[in-house]
Amino acid sequence: MSRGVLATEKRGMRELGAEEHVGWDEVTQGTLLPSFEKEVDAAHVRPEERPYSDFNSYTATVASWRVIKPVYNRDICIDCQNCWVWCPDTSIVSRDKQMLGIDYDHCKGCGVCVEVCPTNPKSLLMFGESEETEAALAKWPEKKKKAK
Amino acid sequence: MAITSIKNLKEFSTANERFEGAHLLCPGCAHSMIVRELMNCTDDNLVIASNTGCLEVSTAVYPYTSWDTSWIHIGFENAATAASGAEAMYKARKRKGTLKDPDAPVKFVAFGGDGSTYDIGFQWLSGAVERGHDFTYICLDNENYANTGGQRSSASPIGANTTTAQAGRFSYGKKEKKKDMVAIMAAHGAPYVAQLAPNKWKIMAKGFQKALETEGPCFINTVSACTTEWKFDPKDTIHVTDLATDTLMFPIYEIIDGHELNILYRPKNIIPVEEYLASQGRYKHLFKPENKHVIERIQKDIDAKWEYLQRREEARV
Ligand SMILES: Cc1ncc(C[n+]2csc(CCOP(=O)(O)OP(=O)(O)O)c2C)c(N)n1
Ligand code: SF4
Ligand code: SF4
Ligand code: SF4
Ligand SMILES: [Mg+2]
Repeated sequence: MSRGVLATEKRGMRELGAEEHVGWDEVTQGTLLPSFEKEVDAAHVRPEERPYSDFNSYTATVASWRVIKPVYNRDICIDCQNCWVWCPDTSIVSRDKQMLGIDYDHCKGCGVCVEVCPTNPKSLLMFGESEETEAALAKWPEKKKKAK
Repeated sequence: MAITSIKNLKEFSTANERFEGAHLLCPGCAHSMIVRELMNCTDDNLVIASNTGCLEVSTAVYPYTSWDTSWIHIGFENAATAASGAEAMYKARKRKGTLKDPDAPVKFVAFGGDGSTYDIGFQWLSGAVERGHDFTYICLDNENYANTGGQRSSASPIGANTTTAQAGRFSYGKKEKKKDMVAIMAAHGAPYVAQLAPNKWKIMAKGFQKALETEGPCFINTVSACTTEWKFDPKDTIHVTDLATDTLMFPIYEIIDGHELNILYRPKNIIPVEEYLASQGRYKHLFKPENKHVIERIQKDIDAKWEYLQRREEARV
């Protein structure tokens, strides 16, 4: 039984030699691409404690898809978790009922989280991909008055 | 059965994600919102089957998988076949005592697009439901064959511009009515059938849990807004879905044991359908004066369906 291996685009994972690379057209029947290095009951183990294998897309990134990105402002956030439930890319990191921030390796910059954020001003706003977080936070708008 | 508490969103957010990022679905795609929620609303082991379509091609691009559960990819027409086959095998092995962990809770789920559910896999889905397998079939209904570039399916609604029912000088897009898949599955006598939407996350999670807990074949049609083929800005997926449920274009309801119909969401203010149609490029042509009659027809159909659903609910038959 062979194992398919990709040599590129690792999130700080070990680099694999070209000789280990198996192209998609060289994969033989019965090839295993396990999600984890060893058996794990993922429903009861937090992502940061899982033995992800190199085949899990968790170890890959789609950051290059983004031209705009969401920036998170902890000071205004009420931890409602709207952004968590509707993020299509599992990119809102929430632990113990608290929103901790954005996983920029997996975020595609769709902007859904900003749209569903209910605070005033919003606790998430879109900025250009190259904007520094500090600079973005310094530009944060004031609370908007309700139109009568 | 251990299931994540979903009393409120804060509690729900403690679920350990089993649908991973860096899949290749479009930014803002509702398919992944729905799949994530299904996987987050249970702690049980899952055996999931996906047939060909956007979800499958985007979540298993060699050498990556976005699935932290058992996952089977199978041909376009066979999500129900794969899930029901796995379920039958599981039962047989349980009976024979050859399972490694016979007491581990496990659920069988199939995901299919509307093209595969309403058209190509229709016969196979019908068969699996008729045979009575213990599984949940979830249709990701984006009302077109999105993965191959937006052809019409029998789930495409009247007036939608699709690549095989194009709007133009002589046509206003699709002319035929959307197939009523929920009614068809209820007519099979399936114990739980529903239509749900991701903007109503709590109703959807509860519906998913009910389907998973119910023994026998369950069918859920989910509204899956498709930013690419419906033509709206990716950030607006939830907004467009809100309009879908609040114009009653997609009423949210369940049917138990083939007859007991419950409306699960009643919009406080029912919005005229124009607003939903105006939110998407696929309906742009309907706002030309010569197509006014199509919008009127769509509104009339919506009103009639809502009247019907309310009467069915009241009648309890
Ligand atoms: C038998 C067969 N016919 C056609 C195709 C080509 N094909 C692949 S995906 C797809 C469209 C899928 O549409 P749908 O089921 O609605 O899923 P979506 O991509 O919209 O989520 C088609 C036609 C195929 N793979 N197999
Ligand atoms: S921009 Fe989109 S992908 Fe990124 S965190 Fe927000 S909702 Fe998720
Ligand atoms: S939606 Fe806004 S307020 Fe709610 S948790 Fe996310 S950032 Fe915080
Ligand atoms: S084409 Fe539509 S269904 Fe397919 S990935 Fe893109 S948004 Fe999702
Ligand atoms: Mg489709």
